Amino acid sequence: MRWIRVTRCDNIPPREGRAVSLAGREIAIFNLGPPTELGAGAGDRFLAVDNQCPHKAGPLADGIVTGTSVVCPLHTWKISLEDGRVQRPSGSVDQGVTAYPARVEAGVVVVGVPEVAAGMDNLGLKVQDCLSEEPLLQERMANPPCPHAEACVSSNVGNPGV
Amino acid sequence: MRRLVVVGNGMAGMACVEQILKYDPQFRITVFGDETHVNYNRVMLSSVLAGEKQADEIIINSEEWYRRNEIELRVGVRIIDVNPRAKTVTGDDGSVTPYDTLLLATGSSAWMPPIEGLDTDGVFAFRTLDDTRELIRRSGSETEAVVIGGGLLGLEAARGLQVQGCKVTVVHLMATLMERQLDKDGGQHLVKTMEGLGIRVLLGRSTKAIRGKTHVERVEFADGEGVDANLVVVAAGIRPNVELGRKAGLTVKRGIVVNDAMETSDPDIFAVGECVEHRGICYGLVAPLYEQGKVLAATLTGHRGAEYTGTVQAAKLKIMGVDVFSAGAWDASGADLIKYEDSGRGVYKKVAVKDGKLAGVILVGDTSDSHRYMDWLRTSADIGDKRGQLLFPPPSADVGLDVAEMSDSATVCGCVGVTKGTIIAAIHDRGVNTISQLKESTRACTGCGSCTSLCQDLLRAVAPDFEDEKKKVICACVPFAEDRLREILRSQKLRSVQEVLEIYGNGIGCEICKPALSYMLDMLWCGDHDEDRSARFINDRVHANIQKDGTFSVVPRIRGGVTSPDELRRIADVADKYRVPMVKITGSQRIDLLGIKKADLPKVWADLGMPSGQAYTKGVRMVKTCVGTEFCRFGTQDSTAAGIEMERRFEQLFTPHKVKMAAVGCPRNCAEATVKDIGLIGIEGGWQVVVGGAAGKSVRKADLLTTVETTEQALEASELFFQYYRENANYLERTYDFVERLGIEKVRKETVYAPETVRGGLLDRYRKSKARARDAWQEGQTPRHPTQFATVEVLA
Repeated sequence: MRWIRVTRCDNIPPREGRAVSLAGREIAIFNLGPPTELGAGAGDRFLAVDNQCPHKAGPLADGIVTGTSVVCPLHTWKISLEDGRVQRPSGSVDQGVTAYPARVEAGVVVVGVPEVAAGMDNLGLKVQDCLSEEPLLQERMANPPCPHAEACVSSNVGNPGV
Repeated sequence: MRRLVVVGNGMAGMACVEQILKYDPQFRITVFGDETHVNYNRVMLSSVLAGEKQADEIIINSEEWYRRNEIELRVGVRIIDVNPRAKTVTGDDGSVTPYDTLLLATGSSAWMPPIEGLDTDGVFAFRTLDDTRELIRRSGSETEAVVIGGGLLGLEAARGLQVQGCKVTVVHLMATLMERQLDKDGGQHLVKTMEGLGIRVLLGRSTKAIRGKTHVERVEFADGEGVDANLVVVAAGIRPNVELGRKAGLTVKRGIVVNDAMETSDPDIFAVGECVEHRGICYGLVAPLYEQGKVLAATLTGHRGAEYTGTVQAAKLKIMGVDVFSAGAWDASGADLIKYEDSGRGVYKKVAVKDGKLAGVILVGDTSDSHRYMDWLRTSADIGDKRGQLLFPPPSADVGLDVAEMSDSATVCGCVGVTKGTIIAAIHDRGVNTISQLKESTRACTGCGSCTSLCQDLLRAVAPDFEDEKKKVICACVPFAEDRLREILRSQKLRSVQEVLEIYGNGIGCEICKPALSYMLDMLWCGDHDEDRSARFINDRVHANIQKDGTFSVVPRIRGGVTSPDELRRIADVADKYRVPMVKITGSQRIDLLGIKKADLPKVWADLGMPSGQAYTKGVRMVKTCVGTEFCRFGTQDSTAAGIEMERRFEQLFTPHKVKMAAVGCPRNCAEATVKDIGLIGIEGGWQVVVGGAAGKSVRKADLLTTVETTEQALEASELFFQYYRENANYLERTYDFVERLGIEKVRKETVYAPETVRGGLLDRYRKSKARARDAWQEGQTPRHPTQFATVEVLA
């Protein structure tokens, strides 16, 4: 594990996320605000996951935070920020996204990136490249099913056009 | 006609008068009330304190009711003496009023325990509407409130004060809360629930004194400890008001003693309600008092034979999210006890069965079943064969089955005593279809309100044209219907999403409720609220529309679709400079620049030098226009000028869902005004204003709101509808659903045909919001947050 000092805590406002390029990958870092049981002023909690929704690669950093999860701005998939797992749609077969350990040191958010992954990046490889070796996965990434077609239409996912 | 004087304008007295009015008229009725209000629902004071209801919503009988029934109402007069020989009562205003029959319905007062310093400023009872108003006035985030008494009333007061922003401590003399209604286990569950809400509970503390120089500062206990407080509510119990009974020479023990016919020891004086004692019991809940009132009305009007034999006592705690119900003798000796406990969910049930019948029940955390138990208690039903289903009812297969199982004589509304049979008769004979009609017709649901869902089920099952008035709640995070929530936010003066979630929700919120609450607060406070960007969709954080690849689209405002060579040149330059992948003419007579990176947005906006077209938000989009009288040979009105002015008036404002408009110069309707949320259609000598049109997910022709002569009148009619929609539609409800839900007649009645004060109010609030509204793209120059648009760079 390589720990990287990313940015000052106050660069990420409470209950929002920000994207950052780290060791060759785009990671979404979230400020969950102060832990509720300790109340305000106890110091904010930060969590980090890949900034790509497993559904259609939506930017998770731009999602709305709900508790310790984030809702993707594109089609309202819900991803746990603690372990990266897909929470909605509940029957999802997707493996979710990678979650990275994060902590605060002297007012700076520090994120842990696996050495192997960091090394792979140095070799110019991307996670995507590794996945695409598996044909089934490759096909699913090209044509992902939308198991929540209705949610796309009815929930608050912004406006399709003008 | 004989003269009936009623002393007391409370729930029991007036319920009895209502019953008397059902018989042939034989009295001239005068009512004295020492409060200065008409008759209101005292049970609901805790809902007023908790902001769930406004004071005028708990009025039971309006002044009009008294007038209509020719009742002389004397409010603000306290009767201080009775002369049974002369048959007169004397008021504290010096008035002497003769009676033939006297009805004492004096109720009860808060019992004040022997505590030093009760007269210190800041110490209150919680008994009247005036008490409630004063408590609300003194509440706030600086207030440390102590409630003395952990019974029903004390707990409801505590929650109400907390909702009003106070830090609240409940101090209770006994070892467990609500010990009259709950056993030790039930009480402990309740303590946990109350503490979970953030209310501190101190048990086994005897309050000795209230200290403070000019104002309450501290509450001291007998054990020497204490808590700081600047507001104290004493809710330690009630005491029947029996003074007049004594003065009249009636037999008085704890209360004024009455027999089963509700007679006192004087043949011309009667008593009802909390001031009476029947078979050794003084009742303090509303249901028994209504039953007494019925019997007394029969006795008073000469229909003898009716008997009051006592009531099974049942109590329900009225705190949103804290379900507690208790009825009957759950501590009966020799009873079999059947219990269920789920500490994770905070559910506790205890059922006491004696001789094959239900003796009593305690429910904490889940009271959905209370009517079933109440029915068994009232009817002394044999429940021997239901032994296996005592804790949970068998699953019902369809809606209405639950109510189908009830017998016609089963009581639905315990407060007023309305049976299932009565309700069904009302549905068939009087065409009752809604809860409000049912209330009007049978008075069911007008007491504590806990039978609402049962009444609803009955209506749903029986009424041919049942209309569900219960609106959908926003989501599980904030379990309130939107209209209710709007009232709460307004009365509680809540101004931030997080605050609302913490007080009325689960403290977390989700992608559904957060944007809805954001909108509501913006609308309610006309833009003067604490805007929380984290509660808004990404489009409203960066003022652009997110696309499938995470880039954004930029649509500048081109009012009425009228642009200039200069604007077009700048748009073209921007498209070149930022290598915009697609430049598109939209369906709304505008230009869309697609595929712009978040970090470029501020620069793009600055280079464009045009305001935001709000193409990304639930707000005002645009006004589409035709060329009208300016160029068109058919035009009857200057639709471009009208459309541009219309767009200027509404732009930058948020709405429940997007609002698209159009102005056309003649009925040929080239800019499609009849399928817009608001459309202006030019006709010879005037305009038609149409609303609720759609040409999207559904297609709907707009309804005619009004026909006017001048452009200014057309714009004002649009403003009225616009603000009315903003204030009354549910979040994400388009005008076409909104107008269809309400009906255009109602919309007209409440906008263009509304009284001048109502119209003035709508216009005022619209103008206030407009005065605060700003072009969102100005944030490109002065961002709300340093990384709002900028990329976060990793530290070196």
